[in-house]
Amino acid sequence: MAANAAPQPPVRFDTHPDHYKHWNLTVDGAVARLNLEVDLHGGLRPGYELKLNSYDLGVDIELADAVRRLRFEHPAVRVVVVSSSLPRVFCAGANIRMLASSAHGFKVNFCKFTNETRCEFEDMSAHSNTHFIAAVNGACAGGGYELALACDEIYLIDDGSSTVSLPEVPLLGVLPGTGGLTRVVDKRKVRRDHADLFCTKAEGFRLRDALRMNLVDGGFPRSKWDERIGAKVDTALHARGGAGSEQGIALTPVSRTVTVEGAVTTVDYPSVSLRIDGDQRLAEITVKGPTEAPPADAAALHALGCESWALRAFRELDDALLELRFNHPTEGLVLLRTEGDPALVTAWDDALSGWREGGDWLAREIQLHQGRTLRRLDNMARSMFALIEPGSCFAGVLYEVALSADRSYMLDDPDQDNFVQLHAVNFGAFPTHNKRTRLDIRFLGAPETVTQLRSQLEPVDAAEAQDLGLVTLSPDDLDWEDEVRIEIEERVSLSPDGLTGMEQNLRFAGAETCETKIFGRLTAWQNWIFQRPNAVGERGALVMYGHPEKPVFDWKRT
Amino acid sequence: MGAIDYQSRIPNNVHLSDDRRLQRALERWQPNYLSWWQEMGPDGFQTKDIYLRTAISADRQGWAHFDYVKMPDYRWGIFLAEPDPDREIHFGDHMGKPAWQTVPGEFRNVLRRIIVTQGDTEPASVEQQRQLGNTAPSLYDLRNLFQVNVEEGRHLWAMVYLLHSYFGREGRDEAEELLARRSGDEDKPRILDAFNQPCNDWLSFFCFTMFADRDGKYQLAALAESAFDPLARTCKFMLTEEAHHLFVGDTGLERIIRRSAELAQLDPNGDARAQGGIDLPTIQRFINFWFSYCLDLFGSEVSTNAADYFGQSLKGRFGEAKRYSEHTALGQSKTFKVLKDGRLVDEDVPLRNAMNEVLRDDYIDECGNAVRRWNKAIAKLGLDFELSLPSRRFHRRQGLYADAHFDPAGNPISEAEFEANRDTWLKTESDMEFVRTLMQPCHEPGKIANWIAPPRKGINGQPFEFEYVRFA
Repeated sequence: MAANAAPQPPVRFDTHPDHYKHWNLTVDGAVARLNLEVDLHGGLRPGYELKLNSYDLGVDIELADAVRRLRFEHPAVRVVVVSSSLPRVFCAGANIRMLASSAHGFKVNFCKFTNETRCEFEDMSAHSNTHFIAAVNGACAGGGYELALACDEIYLIDDGSSTVSLPEVPLLGVLPGTGGLTRVVDKRKVRRDHADLFCTKAEGFRLRDALRMNLVDGGFPRSKWDERIGAKVDTALHARGGAGSEQGIALTPVSRTVTVEGAVTTVDYPSVSLRIDGDQRLAEITVKGPTEAPPADAAALHALGCESWALRAFRELDDALLELRFNHPTEGLVLLRTEGDPALVTAWDDALSGWREGGDWLAREIQLHQGRTLRRLDNMARSMFALIEPGSCFAGVLYEVALSADRSYMLDDPDQDNFVQLHAVNFGAFPTHNKRTRLDIRFLGAPETVTQLRSQLEPVDAAEAQDLGLVTLSPDDLDWEDEVRIEIEERVSLSPDGLTGMEQNLRFAGAETCETKIFGRLTAWQNWIFQRPNAVGERGALVMYGHPEKPVFDWKRT
Repeated sequence: MGAIDYQSRIPNNVHLSDDRRLQRALERWQPNYLSWWQEMGPDGFQTKDIYLRTAISADRQGWAHFDYVKMPDYRWGIFLAEPDPDREIHFGDHMGKPAWQTVPGEFRNVLRRIIVTQGDTEPASVEQQRQLGNTAPSLYDLRNLFQVNVEEGRHLWAMVYLLHSYFGREGRDEAEELLARRSGDEDKPRILDAFNQPCNDWLSFFCFTMFADRDGKYQLAALAESAFDPLARTCKFMLTEEAHHLFVGDTGLERIIRRSAELAQLDPNGDARAQGGIDLPTIQRFINFWFSYCLDLFGSEVSTNAADYFGQSLKGRFGEAKRYSEHTALGQSKTFKVLKDGRLVDEDVPLRNAMNEVLRDDYIDECGNAVRRWNKAIAKLGLDFELSLPSRRFHRRQGLYADAHFDPAGNPISEAEFEANRDTWLKTESDMEFVRTLMQPCHEPGKIANWIAPPRKGINGQPFEFEYVRFA
């Protein structure tokens, strides 16, 4: 029997700017300001103080919420200034005591979630015409600098003492876990030897050296700070085409009903259901397709607010994935299902793509949100099987769910209709972290197949789907039940570590990007280090931090 | 320009004339130091002859050499206490190993930070005090002010010597930065907050030398225990000079207090202010302000850095070698009063993490002794008034007690209660306004301002009437 950790209340991701404890979001026309002022005693869990604007998951949940609201509620914003309201401190990064006292799985999920939010900054910059400026007005260490790295520009206050730093290696014996190493050399293109100096110097660099190494884009003294940052905001605003006039929609809380019956927990949303079977260590996610045709025009879409199927279903799926990650760690296999009318799904894809092409911001943001949710799915450290059965709607955007799965099973029953269906959106609207489509990755060795599939946008049945390579297996109605049961039972019996590692190595074929390095290379090394005695052993550096004795290392290199 | 005659320009016992690396560093730094001194040193007295003590060697005869000198010509020297070739590390994780004569790479950053933080306070205090010469109550006090100033300058030199000699290019950069920051400057403030507070009147000056310089004494004493021998020896020698600064503060306050008591006795209503003095309640409010600010200088009550510094044998306790028999500080704890749900409860903290508080304890004890002496002086004049130190929890901006409010006795109170009493407990704008009205220069030999008593004796055996500063 698996040992149970002390019972913790479930982590939930609902919040609103009116309830933020740590961030202050203000929007003035085309400029938003995100000011960090972490509530020392406002940690998500007891046992640590969030000193010096250090953060825990609770702080990052607010940040993720703020970014999401900027997209949907404040689409006219073109420039976001990220700064601190604490004197002389920008952000000290993830709270060390929180990390040291957290279970391994929580640390991994915490890092993954924060990484996804940092990537969302960059996604906004690339696709939503929103420019991020890090106004680093005080000491900026570790995750604080990584937050800045996710922005388009970084300015550091020139006060003779404030520095930017990545002190994780020299101080804690672990890595900066939120993309710092990758973004320093890949995004900011800091020379490798300079990066090596930087990442081993606990106290970091003040403006002069930071600027010389391109760790920041500039710096100003305190007396000129507001004025000069203001000028940078003006420049960025101009470059982004000036103030927008888009009217946002309100994001109301996701509606969720949790039912617990014995070992089975069900989380029901209007368009998604998540069923957790603790005995079988199995999770089942069902996404319900639209029940109505898309609205007649973009104005009608706007009138639906966050209640349009395309947005609601993916907000709910996003929430369900986080629920699974943080609150149900032992369910290692996820069965992915859909329910509904494939024609309605593709009708929504048609409508959204058309409005997006016509310049509608909400259609664009909905598709971008669908894309990010699908990437969150790609990043699940769980095995995923798609089960394509009659009554399902694996079409267009929902076919991406099947593509994201490690395997897909499609019932081949001559008595019942069962189709999958491609749509133009499958050929570019939802890139994975390596900036390719899931179809391109699937057919990496046969790119001509993808070209052929472009003219294959009609519903295809199980036999044809298997011929085309669109599903893994299509058992017939006689084999289906046993076949699927055995595959499931076999999968849940394998080592969870082996499977996670294997899946993450198989999912992202092709050349690397900054993001694949962050979620793959950096995260894998970090997770290895997080398990090693040199970090988390009795005298490991992370454990000894803040304690009177110094860490003891096993000096053998691997 | 020819080579500098190092031995006479810069008295030292570090073989400066043979040390090309140090020479090269100082050749660049010294002119910048002198322009800093001209720009930020004492205002208005740079061309006057001052009766100053100059250290010309580290031995007993040499370190207190008195003569008239113009401050810019002061020979800022570099002195370390005499070396002990067999010195062993006597506390922390490196106990029993030979003391380090060079900086171990592992501790390069942390040692540099310690030295820079200490070094930054030296020029900062000169900057804070630069206007005070214009309102000195006597030539004796004027001379003491300048003595303190030039010695703070020399202490900066001592720290810069360490940076130049042991920390390479980064050390030279830090030495430049020490001259670039400015006390109270919005853009380039000094590192520690107490050193950005204005110090524009003599009551504040004496409070500063009493309380802030005494923090300096305890920091230097803790560093004089360091495994890094050049730092230990530097600090040991600095302590000999620091003693005079503390004397200036302690006796300065004592003289104001004594005068205040005398004037209160003279006044029909017992009001020292009416007699042109500073009343004792005002003095108490200044003490409350400066003492609480200076407690912050010791750092957080529970501190990872403090634990690291001790464990790494970089910074010991006050009198580590002499006053303690156990030097690992492991397996022990210190009890703190912690505020939980509005009540103070005891909480144990591992001793190493509590090292800042251990040092603060000794400091508070010593400050308490001074207050007892002042109270004796008040009692001797037959006045019924006692000064006191506020609780360590009162009016703190750093550490365990910074987020809550306490009265001067250390009892937790509400923010509203604190604000309602703020002007009773802490110096007010009108207090400062009043004190400023008293700050009129008295630059005649033998004369002294009305609000302060003359010293019991002069400097270096000279009488009070001695012409400590020549205006001619």
